[in-house]
Amino acid sequence: MYTNDFVRRMQSPGGERRRGRSLHMDIPLLMILIALCIGGLLVLYSASGQSLFYVKRQALFMLAGFAAMVVVAQFPVRFWERWAVLFYCIGLISLIVVLFFGVGAKGAQRWLDLGLTRFQPSELMKVAVPMMVSAYLGKRYIPPRFTHILATLALILMPVLLIVKQPDLGTAILIFASGCFVLFLAGLRKRYLISAFLMALAAIPSLWFFVMRDYQKQRVLTLLSPEDDKLGAGWNIIQSTTAIGSGGLNGKGWTLGTQSQLNFLPESHTDFIIAVLAEEFGLIGVLTLCAAYLLLIGRCMVIALNSQSQFGRLIAGSLSLTFFIYVFVNMSMVSGILPVVGVPLPLISYGGTAIVTLFLGFGILMAISTEPKRIRIEL
Amino acid sequence: MINDAAFSDPARDRRIFTGRLLIAGLAAIVLTSIVLYRYFDLQVTRHQDFATHSDNNRVHVRPAAPSRGLIYDRNGELLADNRPSYSLSIIRERSEDLEQLLLQISSLIDISSDDIERFEKRLKRRKPYERTPLRFNLSEQERGILAVNSYRLDGAEVTARLTRFYPNGELFAHVIGYVGRINERESQQIDSVAYSGTDSIGKIGLEKYYEDRLLGAVGTEHVETNARGRVMRILENVSPLPGTNLTVHLDSNLQRVAHKAFKDDRGALVAIDIKTGGILSMVSAPSYDPNLFVSGISQTNYDQLLQSSDRPLFDRAIRGQYPPGSTIKPLFGLIGLHNNSISMDYSIEDPGYFFMEGIERPWRDHNSKRGGHGKGVDLAKAIIESCDVFFYKMSVKTGIDLLSSYSEMFGLGNLTGIDMPGERPGIMPSREWKQGAKQEAWFNGDTINVSIGQGFMLTTPLQLAVMSARIASKGKLLKPQLVKSIDGVATQPVEVRESINMSDEYWDYVHKAMRDVVHSPRGTAKGISNGLNYEIAGKTGTAQVISISAEEEYDSSKIDKSQWDHALFVAFAPMDDPQIAVGLIVENGEHGSSAAAPIARLVIDEYMKSKSKQSQVIANN
Repeated sequence: MYTNDFVRRMQSPGGERRRGRSLHMDIPLLMILIALCIGGLLVLYSASGQSLFYVKRQALFMLAGFAAMVVVAQFPVRFWERWAVLFYCIGLISLIVVLFFGVGAKGAQRWLDLGLTRFQPSELMKVAVPMMVSAYLGKRYIPPRFTHILATLALILMPVLLIVKQPDLGTAILIFASGCFVLFLAGLRKRYLISAFLMALAAIPSLWFFVMRDYQKQRVLTLLSPEDDKLGAGWNIIQSTTAIGSGGLNGKGWTLGTQSQLNFLPESHTDFIIAVLAEEFGLIGVLTLCAAYLLLIGRCMVIALNSQSQFGRLIAGSLSLTFFIYVFVNMSMVSGILPVVGVPLPLISYGGTAIVTLFLGFGILMAISTEPKRIRIEL
Repeated sequence: MINDAAFSDPARDRRIFTGRLLIAGLAAIVLTSIVLYRYFDLQVTRHQDFATHSDNNRVHVRPAAPSRGLIYDRNGELLADNRPSYSLSIIRERSEDLEQLLLQISSLIDISSDDIERFEKRLKRRKPYERTPLRFNLSEQERGILAVNSYRLDGAEVTARLTRFYPNGELFAHVIGYVGRINERESQQIDSVAYSGTDSIGKIGLEKYYEDRLLGAVGTEHVETNARGRVMRILENVSPLPGTNLTVHLDSNLQRVAHKAFKDDRGALVAIDIKTGGILSMVSAPSYDPNLFVSGISQTNYDQLLQSSDRPLFDRAIRGQYPPGSTIKPLFGLIGLHNNSISMDYSIEDPGYFFMEGIERPWRDHNSKRGGHGKGVDLAKAIIESCDVFFYKMSVKTGIDLLSSYSEMFGLGNLTGIDMPGERPGIMPSREWKQGAKQEAWFNGDTINVSIGQGFMLTTPLQLAVMSARIASKGKLLKPQLVKSIDGVATQPVEVRESINMSDEYWDYVHKAMRDVVHSPRGTAKGISNGLNYEIAGKTGTAQVISISAEEEYDSSKIDKSQWDHALFVAFAPMDDPQIAVGLIVENGEHGSSAAAPIARLVIDEYMKSKSKQSQVIANN
C-alpha cells in the first residue's frame, strides 16, 4: 500500500489531455504565478533603489521556488497526507532547537544556522501546520467532535506558542489562522465558532498585559495615532500612507516615486513594497495587483473544490485562505488599518525563505489539481 | 485506531466544505473591499493632501545667504572682505548614530576636542533639522576626502559660504569691529527670517553699527532632498540681495603709520578730517586679530585676550576715559578770552605755586622745576610753556559754569555721536554734575583742578580730536563720522549745532599760541618741529595716574610704570589751512612732548605727504 504513494495512478477513463499534465502543473495557476513574479520583480527593482542586486537574488529564489513547486507537485496527494506528521515533527523539533541555538536579528531568534544556509523553522510551519491539521481532520468525522477539536488545537498551539516565544507574533498569528481555517473548513459547528469568538474577545486584555511585548503594544498604539511620534514609531506609517496617497489614481510612474526613491519609505523593498507600487502605479496598479491575487485565490479555491479527498480539500482551502490573509494583513498594515506586523506581501516582497515556502504550498495545490478526478466541479 | 472517515459520507463532507469555502470566499471579498476602499480613500479622496505632504517631505526651502556688504577705506582699499570658506556641518536629525558619525569624521579629517566641545554647545541650541557646524575652513584636501566618503557620512554636509575676512588683521580691529556667530541673546532679538541664511552678525565697531545695511536680503532656494537630508537637486531659487558696500573716511596708510608708531605702548589715536568731520584714523593699541572671532574664537585664544594686562579688546579710542591734562588749556584760554575774564594783554607772575584764598595748601605748577615761569606770563606763554598757575588764576575768574558749558560745545562731557557703538561720554564737571554724582557742592578748588584738565575731568581720545578739530575750524561743530559713502552715495558732513561765534582775534591768538607750542624754542613740543616744511599747531598734556601731594616731587624712577603719568597731545595742521586734527594718548608715556607728540608728527606727516601726492596727480592731469 505504501509503494502506491510513489506511483501515480493511470489516468481515469475518458482521460485528461491538458498540457502540463505530464509535469503535474495547473496551467491557470501557473500563469498567474508567473505574471505575479514578473510584476513583483519590476516593482522590486524600483523599490530597492534600482538595484539589480536584489532583483537577481529574488529571481534566483523564485527559480528555486519554482523547482521546489515542480518537485512537490510530482508526489501524489496521499503521499503528503501520510508524511504530514513527519514534516510537522521536524518543524516542531527545529522550533525547539531554535529557541536554544537560534541566531537572530533585532532581538528575535528565528533562524537555524545550517552552515550552508540559514533556515527559518517558522516558515516551514506555515505549510506543515495546515498540512498536519488537514491530515488529522481529513480522517475524522466531520463536523469535528469536541475531542478532535481539542486535539487539533493542541497541534496548532504547540508550534504557535514556540513561535510567540521567539518572539514573532506576526508569524504565530498567521500559523494559528492557517490551522483554524482547516477547522473552519472542516465544518466546525456554529456553537464552537461563537464560543471561540467570545473567548477571543475575552483573551484580548490578557494578551495585551501578559503576552505582547512593549514594542508590539507600541505598534498598536501607533496605529491609533501615528502623529504622536512622527519621527519614531509613527514614521513608517506616516511615510507609507503618504506614499500611497500621493500616488493618486495613475501613480508617479515606474522608478519615479519620490517617497521610495528618496528613502522616506522604510523597508520599501520588503514589507512595505505595496506602498512603492501604490505610489508609482497608483490605484490602477493596486487594483491590478488585487485582481491578480483574487484570480490566484479563486483558482486555488476551485482546486480545493475539485479535490478528491477530504485532506486535499482542507489543505487546499486552508492554503488559499492563508494566502489571502497574507495579502490582506500586508495591505492593511501598510495602509494603516492594522498594526505593523512583519508580514511580507506574497510573491512581491523581497525575501528568499518566504518565496520558497509559498511555492511549496503551490506545489501541493498543483498536486491536488492534477490528481485523477472522479467528479469535477467547474467554476 | 478508529478511522472516522471510513464511516463518513463523501458527498456530505463535500457539501459541508463547499458551504464553508463559500462563506470564507465571501468574507475574503468583503475584507478585500474594505482594504480597497482604504486605498481609494488615500489615493483618490485624500490624494491632494498626501501629494502635498509628499512634496513637503522632499522639497525644502533653504535660505540663500546674501553676501555681506564690503567695507573700503577712502582710497578704495578693502578693509572687510568676504571669502569662500568651506565648513562641515551635521544635521542631527539626519544621522542615525551621532557618536559613530563623529568618530568616522575624525578618522578622516582633523577634528580637535575644541571643535567637538563647541559643536556640542551649538548642538544644544539649534533648531530641529538645522545644520550645526563642526569644522570651519576645510582645506581643499579635506573637502576631497569628505566628498569621497560622503556616502557613509549620512547627516554630514560640506557647505560653502562666504565668511568675513579682514585683510589688514589687527590694524582696524576696534574701528571696523568684526562679525561673529549669532549668540543666544542676539538670536532672540533679531528677525529670524532675515538671518535665516547666515549665522553671523556684526558684534562691535562698524560691523555692528551698520549691521542693517551690510546684511543684505536673504534669498530662497527650493531643493529636493532625500530622507537623510542630502540635496538631490535644486528646483527653483530666488537670489539673495547683497548687502550695501561702505566706504569709510579711514586711510589705511595713516592707520598703518599710527598703529606702528605706538610700538609696544598702550594708547589711542584719533585723526579727523577738519573739513568734513570724517575720521581719518582711529587706533587703539594694542590691538588683536579680528579674524579670530569670525567663526568662533577658541577658548584659549579668548582667555589670552581677556586676561592680558594690556587689555587689547578694550577700545581706548572711544571708550578710554582719561584726564585731558594740559591739552585742555588752549580751549580754556579761548573761553576766558571770549568771556572777558582775561584779555590778550593780561599777564601774571608765576612763582611756581598758587594760593587760593582761605586754603593753606598751595597748587603747584607741574611744569616748572623750581621758581615757576616768572614774570609776564600771558595766555600765549601759558599755552606755549604750559603754565599751570596762569590757568589756576584764570579759572577762578571765569568760573566753572562758563568753562563747563563752553567745553561741552567743543565736544567734551557728551557723546560725540560718532557712527560707532559703545562710545563713552567722559566727564565735563559742573555744579549739577557734582551734586548728582557726589552729592556735594562745588568748590573753587574743584575749578582749579579742572583748569589744568585734572580733578573730575575725563575725556576720550576721540573727544580730544574733536575738540582740536573744532578749535582748528574756528568753532565749526561737525559730528565725527566714519562712513564716507554708502553704496556710492556720499554722506554729508553733519553740524551738531550752530557754529560757535567767537572773535577771530581770539581764534588767531590761540592758534598762534598752539603753533608756537611746536615751533617756538620754548614750546613744550618743539622736539617735533625738526624738518617740518609745514606748520603744526598743538598742545601737550600730562595726566596724573596717581595723585602726588603738593610737597612731593613726581619722580618716575620711584614708582611702577603702570602708575606713570599718561602722555597726551592734541594737534592740527597745516596752520594756514587746517585739514587734519589729531588727539592721542600714550598710557604711562610720562610726557606729552616726548611720548605723544612724535606720534602725531608721524601721522600728520603721512597725511601731508599723501595730500601733496594727490595735488600733484591733479596738477599732472
